[in-house]
Amino acid sequence: MTSKTVLTKRLSRDALTTPHTGSVAKGRRNTLLRWGLYAILILFALFYLMPLFVMLTTSLKSLEEIRTGSLLALPRDITFAPWAEAWSTACAGTQCEGLRPFFWNSVLMAVPAVAISTVIGALNGYVFAQWRFPGANLFFAAILFGCFIPFQVVLLPMAQMLGLMGLAGTIPGLIFVHVIYGIGFTTLFFRNYYVTIPQELVRAAKVDGAGFFRIFWSIFLPISLPIITVSVIWQFTQIWNDFLFGVSFSGAGSQPVTVALNNIVNSTTGVKAYNVDMASAIIAALPTLLVYVVAGKYFIRGLTAGSVKG
Amino acid sequence: MEWLERNVPKLVLAPSFVAILIFVYGFIGWTAWISLTKSRLMPKYDLDGFGQYGRLFSAPRWDVAMNNLFIFGGLFIVISMVLGLMLAIFLDQKIRAEGVLRTIYLYPMALSLIVTGTAWKWILNPGLGIQQAIRGWGFESFTFDWLIRPEMAIYTIVLAAVWQASGFVMALFLAGLRSVDTEIIRAAQVDGIPTHRIYSAIIIPTMAPIFLSAFIVLAHLAIKAFDLVIALTGGGPGYATDLPATYMYAMAFSRGDLGQAAASAMIMMLVIFAIVVPYLYSELRPRRDQ
Repeated sequence: MTSKTVLTKRLSRDALTTPHTGSVAKGRRNTLLRWGLYAILILFALFYLMPLFVMLTTSLKSLEEIRTGSLLALPRDITFAPWAEAWSTACAGTQCEGLRPFFWNSVLMAVPAVAISTVIGALNGYVFAQWRFPGANLFFAAILFGCFIPFQVVLLPMAQMLGLMGLAGTIPGLIFVHVIYGIGFTTLFFRNYYVTIPQELVRAAKVDGAGFFRIFWSIFLPISLPIITVSVIWQFTQIWNDFLFGVSFSGAGSQPVTVALNNIVNSTTGVKAYNVDMASAIIAALPTLLVYVVAGKYFIRGLTAGSVKG
Repeated sequence: MEWLERNVPKLVLAPSFVAILIFVYGFIGWTAWISLTKSRLMPKYDLDGFGQYGRLFSAPRWDVAMNNLFIFGGLFIVISMVLGLMLAIFLDQKIRAEGVLRTIYLYPMALSLIVTGTAWKWILNPGLGIQQAIRGWGFESFTFDWLIRPEMAIYTIVLAAVWQASGFVMALFLAGLRSVDTEIIRAAQVDGIPTHRIYSAIIIPTMAPIFLSAFIVLAHLAIKAFDLVIALTGGGPGYATDLPATYMYAMAFSRGDLGQAAASAMIMMLVIFAIVVPYLYSELRPRRDQ
């Protein structure tokens, strides 16, 4: 418990970036060992980078070059045709409009779902952290529990429910599903963040006549930028990368990009265009990769907050 | 008005409360109910006992799925933990460019499992992938065709899943290593205790809670594994790489066997609960800090 609390504290200060002084590596420093260490670390870096390298180089080769050349070779003649095809003419199932319409489906789905679930999570977390009432703990536990269920267990009734609500196979239906099953994590993020703020602050504000929303608006919201970032990034990554809900609840016109990517790759019509597959995969991965590169430390914080409830 | 003012917090929570009640607990109840009926293509509500579970456990395909879950889950968790811990310890040795290496190790976690599956499917393609590339270097008899061999295909899923998640485990462990009290470590160094002993006897034992967290996250990922299988092997060859999640999906959406789908979903949930409930219980109980 204690070291867990320490862990979260350290993470919240982004201690990941600074090695501790007086490190264990002191003592006799064997140069050979040092070289070995770097060799292993670089080898693993290559292991993690290899699929990205292969995806990128394959997407820039012609099919002819793919057939005659080596997987690990750099492209001889760089071509961007597979990218154009992946974006606008590749066939996903019977629809041959490339990834573009599905990419926009994902945007239309992810943006509202992220925004709504973050707002709800912020208000819920604020109540759980600062406005406790009898039974609040039990409810919080019930929400936490909901974060862990395998979604297979709600798949069938949700399909029925979306049908009843007239949202089956639509983007609003997908937004609805992602909001419902995202609330657990967003509530958790904000609750754990707001719980560190002394309750005296709320008490003093109440004495001054400020109400529930006023206190939230003028005290809590202004300090929330870091946790809003964590929540938005977490939700965006989850929702953009989702496949299960997408494949279960979307219709022909509302499929998200992950489903379309899978359809393009498994499309059986015509010649297998590996370069187009790889370009499609990169396009589908680009938004979340970009988020990771730009705001990696918030991404890590979301990941660890999901697993370590300090 | 005053009543309203006093109850605003509860009113704010109310929609979430209702939503969680219906869409999590109500839906679990619905699935549990359906798993006890003879539902096929359409849901039926007449209870019929545990017949669906009997069918499930005698289905060879489910047997394969559960076996695969143990093989995949076991290897995925163990390899990711070992690799993650090793990389974390190595990175903790005042490594130059540590930040760059960390970023490289962790980026797969930002990708969709469909993307991961697509990439590895291409790399492992026996005709044009890594096998061919290495043969091209002169190792003519090099063979790496696990993807198309029924008894080996499940290990390709382990490989891709470890690639995706081990960097995350590394980040967890690295944060843990950095939170160990430096005073104790310095004292041990002064006493001349060798580095590997400091790790095995002092640092790693204090990280027990992080091992637990990592285990929970990985186990959870393993049981829910669906996208990766769909993208990498499609459950094949045949149904050799089926996991409970793909079995459930097949029953629900292509076989039109709601009873089997519901029963398999319930088993998945029970497996997760067996792992998560004790963990959540221990996490929530000792809270006396507020």
